[in-house]
Amino acid sequence: MAMKIQLNEQRQRRLLGIASLVAATIVWQLVADVVVQKPFILPSFTDVAAAFVELAGTGTLLPDIAVSLEHFAIGLGAAFLIGVPLGILMGWFRVADSISDPIVEVLRPIPPLAWIPFAIIWFGLTTQAAGFVIFIGAFFPILINTYTGFRNIPKVFVEAGKVLGCDTSLELIHYIALPAAIPSIAAGIRIAMGVGWMCLVAAEMFGVSKFGLGQKLWQNYYLHQMPNVVVYMIILGFAGLVIDRIFRAYVDRQLLKWRSGEVV
Amino acid sequence: MGRVSIRGLTKAFVKEEGTTVALKNVNLEVRDKEFVCLVGPSGCGKTTLLRIIAGLETAMAGTVSVDGTEITGPDPKRGMVFQEYSLFPWRNVIDNVAFGLEMRGISKAERHRIADRYISMVGLEQFRTSYPYELSGGMRQRVAIARALANDPDVLLMDEPFGALDAQTRNRMQKELLSIWEQTKKTIIFVTHSVDEAVYLAERIVVLSGRPGTIRDIIEIPWSQPRDRTSTEFAEVRRHVLQLIDEGEPVQ
Repeated sequence: MAMKIQLNEQRQRRLLGIASLVAATIVWQLVADVVVQKPFILPSFTDVAAAFVELAGTGTLLPDIAVSLEHFAIGLGAAFLIGVPLGILMGWFRVADSISDPIVEVLRPIPPLAWIPFAIIWFGLTTQAAGFVIFIGAFFPILINTYTGFRNIPKVFVEAGKVLGCDTSLELIHYIALPAAIPSIAAGIRIAMGVGWMCLVAAEMFGVSKFGLGQKLWQNYYLHQMPNVVVYMIILGFAGLVIDRIFRAYVDRQLLKWRSGEVV
Repeated sequence: MGRVSIRGLTKAFVKEEGTTVALKNVNLEVRDKEFVCLVGPSGCGKTTLLRIIAGLETAMAGTVSVDGTEITGPDPKRGMVFQEYSLFPWRNVIDNVAFGLEMRGISKAERHRIADRYISMVGLEQFRTSYPYELSGGMRQRVAIARALANDPDVLLMDEPFGALDAQTRNRMQKELLSIWEQTKKTIIFVTHSVDEAVYLAERIVVLSGRPGTIRDIIEIPWSQPRDRTSTEFAEVRRHVLQLIDEGEPVQ
């Protein structure tokens, strides 16, 4: 009985959600067609739908997504490979913390997009340059969360590890601290993916590639193809959502085994 | 073997507000296979003493040795059961119990075989693949005991292991601990703030005085197990120990 009510409630909420999306689309269409009446200022839903069909026909959408994912993967991969080990060192060794913390605190408040000029000077108009901008955005959340994850490990776990035979820092990090900090690191990666995805559009703005969702968004803006711009906006939003969902599903499956409830 | 000798042990904590002497000139001999309880007013340093024996703290003066070998740091030969829940939440029961064996490089099949033996000793066969969050407080402490025993330590150190449990679970755990002690014949040094628990479990009760902690008295309990908590002798010993603790309490 209770189960049935819950199911009904769930269905009701889902229906409400769909109804709200449909209503928003109708309002959008009406405002664009009746009030604004200029597709350049506000393309209507049907303008965007038509633009999508046309763009899908040209066959560049898939290469665009692939190139953007490549930029994203380079940035995030580098942020992970540097951020996690550095976060571990800073979280575990006092000396590493004292040395790195001032540098981190000076660099961290610089907005990732402010690095674009040097990204171009250092890497040229290359895939790596785009990856670098995304790296800057993704690096700090991963570093900070790894660091705080290590700092918040209950002391009793480390002591239990010691009395059970972990003799070296390496063993304690490998068998105790790292597994204990995984939820915090995973949360950091999730934040990093969000920030990195936001940096993507700016990273592709300065012409590092012929494809890419951000690159196409800017190109269509220069061509004043505003319905196409909206198509890329929606694809960017949707792809970001899918990436986040996939990551969450993966982490939840790995971590829910030993944790109850929501993980990241 | 598990003969522990503590000689001239002194420990002070240096803080900004000044130095606190936690233990002062503590001397104690614990026989092999003996069950000793440490009691005393809160803040008397009983946990500190246990942590020094475990090798988790270092003394300022004096020595602790087990079977003639001086302690310099933590060692799996001295198992420890902590007051707070110390099971690794990312490992299931069997991998928690097998952790010490894994650190010694014992193969998976072999360490699971050994771990299973201790898991059945604490009666948790059905929970061998459960994760700690799925277990009750009493079950978690049973796993912690099994984990310490799986290393086959000379001495089992227990720091108020049942302090967070409800009264009934606590009584049951005490009984089970006695049966484990019967089976394994380990030397057990058990810190508790419950005099009742100490009189029920110990062969000898070491009463510490308040800060700085010194040994006030050592009381032999000659009765064999199992003991009757409701008997008059039991009540008398308990009253005597409580009195010693009260007198040892520093004036506030």
